Amino acid sequence: MIDRTAPAPRPDRAATAAEGPDGGGPSAEAAPEAAALREAAPPVLSLKGVHQVFGTPRGDVPAVAGVDLEVRPGQVLCLVGESGCGKTTSARMAAGLAAPTAGSVLFRGRDVAAMDKHERSVFRRAVQYIHQDPYASLNPVRTVYSTVSAGLRRHKMVKDRHEARRAVTELLERVDLTPAEDYLDKYPHQMSGGQRQRVAVARALAMNPEVIIADESTSMLDVSIRVSLLNTLGKLRDELGVSFLFITHDLAVAKYFAWDGEIAVMYLGKVVEHGPTPQVVNDPRHPYTRALVSAVCEPDPDLARTKERVRLRSADIPDLTDLPPGCDFHPRCPLYAQGACDTLRPPLVPSHDRLLACHVVTGE
Amino acid sequence: MTDHPAAPAAGKAPAGGPAEGALLSVRGVDVGYRTGRRTRVTAVRDVSFDLYPGQSMALVGESGCGKTTLGLGLLRLLPRTGVVSSGEILFRRKDGRLVDVRTLAREDLRRFRWNEAAMVFQGAMNAFNPVLRIEDHFLDTFRAHEGGRRRPRKEILEQSADLLTTVRLDPARVLGSFPHELSGGMRQRALIALALALKPQLLILDEPTTALDILTQRSIVERLAELRDELRFAMVFITHDLGLAAELADRVGTMYAGRMIETGTTRDIFYRARHPYTSALINSVPPVAGDLTVPQSLPGGPPSLTALPPGCSFAPRCAHAVDACSHTRPTLDVLRTRTEGLSHAAACLRTHELLEGATRD
Repeated sequence: MIDRTAPAPRPDRAATAAEGPDGGGPSAEAAPEAAALREAAPPVLSLKGVHQVFGTPRGDVPAVAGVDLEVRPGQVLCLVGESGCGKTTSARMAAGLAAPTAGSVLFRGRDVAAMDKHERSVFRRAVQYIHQDPYASLNPVRTVYSTVSAGLRRHKMVKDRHEARRAVTELLERVDLTPAEDYLDKYPHQMSGGQRQRVAVARALAMNPEVIIADESTSMLDVSIRVSLLNTLGKLRDELGVSFLFITHDLAVAKYFAWDGEIAVMYLGKVVEHGPTPQVVNDPRHPYTRALVSAVCEPDPDLARTKERVRLRSADIPDLTDLPPGCDFHPRCPLYAQGACDTLRPPLVPSHDRLLACHVVTGE
Repeated sequence: MTDHPAAPAAGKAPAGGPAEGALLSVRGVDVGYRTGRRTRVTAVRDVSFDLYPGQSMALVGESGCGKTTLGLGLLRLLPRTGVVSSGEILFRRKDGRLVDVRTLAREDLRRFRWNEAAMVFQGAMNAFNPVLRIEDHFLDTFRAHEGGRRRPRKEILEQSADLLTTVRLDPARVLGSFPHELSGGMRQRALIALALALKPQLLILDEPTTALDILTQRSIVERLAELRDELRFAMVFITHDLGLAAELADRVGTMYAGRMIETGTTRDIFYRARHPYTSALINSVPPVAGDLTVPQSLPGGPPSLTALPPGCSFAPRCAHAVDACSHTRPTLDVLRTRTEGLSHAAACLRTHELLEGATRD
């Protein structure tokens, strides 16, 4: 690899990686000292009260309305929620692909909007984005070598073609495309979806990123391939200390990949519940999170028949141009109580060992 | 569409007659696609099963295993290059007559589709004609597939409104809308309402909840289960979401490289899977409930249909493969006999050796 700027892997991470049978799966125990470390390390990337409003003929659409998120070194922050809740828009702002209408995106404490050319180039290299659809995100007329080495050549990280090929070979091996020589000169159409997505990961990795933003990167893949790609990403996290902003609508994937990290649940452009993964998934408190967790189809017929389901009052998501007063979730919320719910917007406050935005639950 | 009926009783002899009381008896069906002037691939090979009235069967497997091809083949909806090249698809019609779907002539086939068996296609986005309103889709469907006299528009629209109400849609809002004006979940529900328009006995659903949000998925799953209780239709649904199969199916068929390799009740498949591929599929899904469990990855992909391995198609990826697996093709052997097509059967040479402790009743 070429000049490693990413921080060295933390010792506790390296230990768990060595223990795992495939070196990929996250460890099941969340040590308390790890939690302390998590608090101590300054965030690599943070969103501070960001808003994104899209102007449309029907009115302004507040796709993201005041979100605070922090991605810490070597940690995973997972954003979950339904389509249209602002996950991807938040990610695009975090990657600097869209400028927030209000609020700021900070990279190592520096506002991305105020960066000069050099700083911006460093930021661009350090934060990489993996798109959802590997069929659309790779240029069909470029070979794997050409795609993966484009950034290396652009940023002058390799001297000549020979060195570039060697660097690309190393990258492909890192994402388990072996033997790498077989893939170097292939075109995207000669590969399966899982292999293409690995090429997209290798391309992101070529820049020695500190943060990888993965936007639904596994949702297009078959179940059998999904797990092995998640394990590859987990290996990057554990061995190279890459941080992840991981976006998914699949709670099972979120749980598996972000077990040691945090989950933020978004609804209509706001975070409604944010906390350590085991708490959020196994003991959800916000009624929306509870509904999401209970709606999952479990691959277990007995459990599927006996599982308690949260009944929503309405199946329809309110229109973003015409949001209800008070809490955005109140027209669907099973815990809705007259009073604060339909008049006051609940703030995101610490409660039940996490951050919650719900009058009823935080008032208990 | 291949509308040409096959010559009856041509080719190989069917493997036994129809099962007593079955709604659909599929016997040794092969489905092939023409890929060039003289080349063809067989995407589905020798599939047989019986579906009884009111049953719900899930077809699971990775992409490219022939699930959709089989589903389309059952209704003869294959694209122009595809053809059901052998076997029998025996269907008991509402009037009690037994017909082979392969031999139905053009007009008969039109009456058969939608009246007897309807299909909900994959991707609700693309199943509707984008330039027709939802009401026009209903009018078209009724007029094309309903026999007898031509009914007035008003009467059909009233019936359509009732159908939309059964899937919890507001007819006043939906009927006059174009497909793009509806959300994915609404389109999927409208599509299900449309499929049920002529009270079919069999509904084939191809990936009914893929690409829908989790809460929308939940409402579709629940509505489908309720409708099935109410209207007593049989379902074959194609999915790669094992959670959906666990929830909505009475029985599951696993497909791999065009063959049915395991079939049984939902509990058989999820708690006592006897084919390594089925187990691998189930183990690759991380559950949401409980503590962290590490799913097992299943490396590689299904073999190319043009170059199938000589023995068991799964042998190259199988953790339990022995020498015999690479040259002997296993047959689908019944492990536990039950009535109404619910027997547990698996096509694996080592089924009896691999009885590991991972079973539960």
